[in-house]
Amino acid sequence: MATVRIPPVLRPSVGGVKEVDADGENVGDVLRSLADQHPATQPQMFAEGGELNRYVNVYLNDEDVRVLDGLETPVGTGDVLVILPAMAGG
Amino acid sequence: MSPSGAEFIRQIRNQVAEVDPGDVNQRLQNGSGDGSPAIVDVRESEEVARGLIPGAKHVPRGYLESRIEGTVPDRSQHVVLYCASGTRSALAAKTLEELGYENVESMTGGYTLWKDRGYKVEVPKVMTPEQRERYSRHMLVPEIGAEGQQKMLDAKVLLLGAGGLGSPTALYLAAAGIGTIGIVDDDVVDLSNLQRQVIHTTDRIGEPKVDSAEEAMKAINPDVNVVKYQTRMDASNIMEIIEGYDVIVDGVDNFPTRYLLNDATVRLRIPVVSASILGFDGQLSVFAPYDGPCYRCLYPVPPPAELAPSCGANGVLGVLPGTMGLLQATEVIKLVVGAGEPLIGRLLLYEALGATFTELKVRRDPECAVCSRSPDEIADDEMGVFPDYEAFCAAAG
Repeated sequence: MATVRIPPVLRPSVGGVKEVDADGENVGDVLRSLADQHPATQPQMFAEGGELNRYVNVYLNDEDVRVLDGLETPVGTGDVLVILPAMAGG
Repeated sequence: MSPSGAEFIRQIRNQVAEVDPGDVNQRLQNGSGDGSPAIVDVRESEEVARGLIPGAKHVPRGYLESRIEGTVPDRSQHVVLYCASGTRSALAAKTLEELGYENVESMTGGYTLWKDRGYKVEVPKVMTPEQRERYSRHMLVPEIGAEGQQKMLDAKVLLLGAGGLGSPTALYLAAAGIGTIGIVDDDVVDLSNLQRQVIHTTDRIGEPKVDSAEEAMKAINPDVNVVKYQTRMDASNIMEIIEGYDVIVDGVDNFPTRYLLNDATVRLRIPVVSASILGFDGQLSVFAPYDGPCYRCLYPVPPPAELAPSCGANGVLGVLPGTMGLLQATEVIKLVVGAGEPLIGRLLLYEALGATFTELKVRRDPECAVCSRSPDEIADDEMGVFPDYEAFCAAAG
């Protein structure tokens, strides 16, 4: 079980909470589990081919999964996934 | 019987190690490697103002005990002290030995002999008595000191936007004594700005923001040279505006300008202190071209418009740009002074509702569309462009 931190723009899709617990052996599984629980997050995270949208950054603890093994990166119990969108407000 | 003053000095000089100016000059010529000594000038400020040995740190003898650790924290470091003639530096050397410094020398003949022999000296820029008073609390901080304050006075910092983030940044950088502060903003002050844009005032509603900001900054510190750009920055004017600035503070409210700024600053190798805010959330990082990742390494493409609401559409806690803007101002001062560890290659997230800070690593992308190439390979017509740029801008309105 990992904890997924939900950015403000996705919170309406998960009932307004800041964190969601989700199961999975790797990053892809955890995010797909999140999408199963909250289907509105699916198109916001994943492109049509099932890969992560390029504008979605995902961090396992403090490291960008792009420099790890992407969606295949193993996730352990107690790990934190951070979904991070770019923001432009100033 | 107590010794006379002259006898006391003679005794001290016999107890401390002394070094000839020629030896010191030779060691400085050999470069500033690990073995080179820390040169400390223990004279009074008025004497130092007339000239000092290049690279010397100034610690007046009267403040030696309280300030030397800030200047030379490592007691095993080789320290050479000098004054005008070699007397005060001998007494200071004795003090440092008593404080546990292991390798201290006093330069014989002092600055006078050094100068007579024709070795290199430099005349520091002199602050006025009013400046010394105004910036006294900076000068007392070892990491800043007179040298750091002078760097700030010589620095040119450009603020993009005199809005939520730009307001606190502009006020504090002006107060800190950043010598030249440019501000780019084409907007006028609106009543709805005043919940967070604290540089503006109710009686300046309707005025150009650059004028309102200048008035507030000058009121705090008339020393600051404010350069106003009442324009919207775009591909046609960005190079002209940003060239020559030492640091740029990004507080703009839209993605196209953020990407444009990134590409232009990579080309000119200007560091950017970047922050963004929305609701109760803020993000902060420093993008130092080629030393660390750029904005495109972090965000290769912007999110679609529906996932990138603006503060105008979704709102923002009024205090939040204060918090994030002052973190930006802090990073600016660190970059200018050369102190601490700037937020390069790290992204700081602040979530105000939970009162949490989270730090994430940001890596350089070896395939980055911009900073994987050398600056002269980035063409004018590529700058600020990203896939689906036209559609993005149309959707964003």
